[in-house]
Amino acid sequence: MSMLLVQALNGLQFGVLLFLVAAGLSLVFGVMDLINLAHGVQYMLGAYVAATLGVWTGSFWLGALLAMPVALLVGLALEWLVFRHLYRRDHLSQVLATFGVILTVEEATRALWGSAPQTVLEPSGLTGGPMGGVEIVAGLIYPTYRLVIIGVGIVVPLLLWFLVERTRAGMLVRAGATHPAMVSALGVDIRRLFTVVFAFGAMLAGFAGALASPIFPVAPGMGDTVLILCFVVIVIGGVGSIRGAFIAALLVGLLDSVGRAMLPDLLRLVLDPSSARQTGAALASMLVYIVMAAILFFRPAGLFPGGRAA
Amino acid sequence: MNRRSFLTTTAATATLAATGGFTFARAQTQAVKVAFVGTLSGPGAALGTHLRDGWLAGVKRLDNQLGGRAVETLVIDDELKPDVAVSKVRAALERDKVDFVVGVVFSNMLQAIVRPVTESNTFLITANAGPSTLAGKGCSPFLFSSAYQNDQPHATMGQAAQDLGYKRVFILVPNYQAGKDAVAGFRSRYKGEVVDEIYVPLSQLDFSTEVTKIAAAKPDAIFTFMPGALGVNLVRQYRQAGLANIPFLSTFTVDESTLPAQGEAALDFYTAATWAPNFDNPQSRRFVQEFEAAYGYVPSNFAAHAYDAAHMLDAAIRRTKGDVADKAALRTALEAGDFPSVRGALRLGANHFPIQDFWLCKVAKRADGKFQTETLRKVLSADADGYATSCKMG
Repeated sequence: MSMLLVQALNGLQFGVLLFLVAAGLSLVFGVMDLINLAHGVQYMLGAYVAATLGVWTGSFWLGALLAMPVALLVGLALEWLVFRHLYRRDHLSQVLATFGVILTVEEATRALWGSAPQTVLEPSGLTGGPMGGVEIVAGLIYPTYRLVIIGVGIVVPLLLWFLVERTRAGMLVRAGATHPAMVSALGVDIRRLFTVVFAFGAMLAGFAGALASPIFPVAPGMGDTVLILCFVVIVIGGVGSIRGAFIAALLVGLLDSVGRAMLPDLLRLVLDPSSARQTGAALASMLVYIVMAAILFFRPAGLFPGGRAA
Repeated sequence: MNRRSFLTTTAATATLAATGGFTFARAQTQAVKVAFVGTLSGPGAALGTHLRDGWLAGVKRLDNQLGGRAVETLVIDDELKPDVAVSKVRAALERDKVDFVVGVVFSNMLQAIVRPVTESNTFLITANAGPSTLAGKGCSPFLFSSAYQNDQPHATMGQAAQDLGYKRVFILVPNYQAGKDAVAGFRSRYKGEVVDEIYVPLSQLDFSTEVTKIAAAKPDAIFTFMPGALGVNLVRQYRQAGLANIPFLSTFTVDESTLPAQGEAALDFYTAATWAPNFDNPQSRRFVQEFEAAYGYVPSNFAAHAYDAAHMLDAAIRRTKGDVADKAALRTALEAGDFPSVRGALRLGANHFPIQDFWLCKVAKRADGKFQTETLRKVLSADADGYATSCKMG
């Protein structure tokens, strides 16, 4: 039973990381109707910058903190260079152009940092030395850092919710999503609003990358795997909905972790061990997508249809 | 698609042979052309880089000559796409008229290019990939290996687990062909109980689920094959979860290509190899020293095998006195396998794959703070792969 608790913690921690990346993606998709495949690149850059600055400054936390403004600036630059010209285009052009951004940035990363995974400084200052942890189950230490991620992953969504639902800027964003022409007519610079939303999303993704850098390998292409799951998250949660993205991210994280842990064992009840392992492994990696298909069947707009969801 | 391959003209000094006819002299002055094929972009690029640098270091050691003839290396990135590999290699064969093809990190890339190369009667030296088919029924007079057959390192680890007396082993591998081959190789020599076998997707991001299961199973040791970034992550999580007291037996998971990122976390973890940077023979010591001076990182098995490939070709061309047109003579010369290897003595089996020793190695920290694998003890002596017997060469 305690093992199940650990697996649930694993899922929760993976889920909140997914949320941090998916939130920005969902905002950009929902508010600006822009399919940004290059969002994963922002996540990757966040991790790289945090890793490099962490080693440079000698503190993981300083590196992670500095990664946020860098990600913001890169987001602004990319918006100005590429994405600004895509808002009025159809989705196919957006997919093509942002895919091009992925190839360019990943190849540039490889040229700058090389293709081998980066060394990341262990986050220090947590109880029990650099790799401190809590022994939840006998013989298994649960790293404190992962608990910190869960904590951050609960605070950030609350802040985001407050920002979008309770502030004037958030009100403009919501209005801009549903009635862009009207907001523009009232004298709000919708272009600048979009730029700010985009850069904010990029910063969130960069922050997620920085947070993930000590636990996932920092290598070119690390954003691609996350991006696919993030699209699953925003499709399940409902495009443009922060609340939907949060719930869907936790759902995907839990399904993934618990599915991988339990399915092979469950299948062993009906199949022989070796085929249970094989089918269990295959089924566990499909589980998230099966659930997504089922949710879309009953709720085509996702769990919490928001904004301009088509 | 732009061709990423580029020519590295190494030497063009025309040293006219004092003796011999005019045509002979001209043939001798032209450089020997070698196409190096490796994965140099995408997630597998780190291995391709090791392989390429190993080859270039070998050529450099030989004064940019193979068997006394100037050499020109054409570096080809296969991009880990079979169609790209085939079309680039075809171009090298037909347009650039290369005399040899060397390299190849991944088995599926080797399988893609093996027929186009060998059917054009060009020698192909694999410096890493060694799929069972090409060591057995699909062997070719034009295919040679300076590395090993894929099963051998896994079988070595199986034997090591057996020798170390581990009764219960937990297996964790990625869910694809090479992962399944690793399990088969390990089990071919390990006779104890396998507590559980877990197959994870190749795109696995996080191992916390598996680490939790390992902690629950409390095995005597784990065996894993997690190449590249997968291995970086597994090693770090394994260490963080406090499981390092359970011996970590692995293949292609902790080596010089991943150790810079794994660092302390991989300390004392085990791997199986044909060679390690601490090998104590003159050829090996010189290789490690020159390689590190030139490229700034510790060479891996990949680099060592490519370095050996250069010496293998050098010895053979020297035997034919610089003639690379007489294929039969060249084949006999290559089969002799009497080149100075960083692994010490080495000979080739009937299928052109090396018959060699395999070692249990352990990750250690050097005095200069860099990490490398170091030999612990010899596990298999003069081991020939199990497919050589089914190889019938024409």
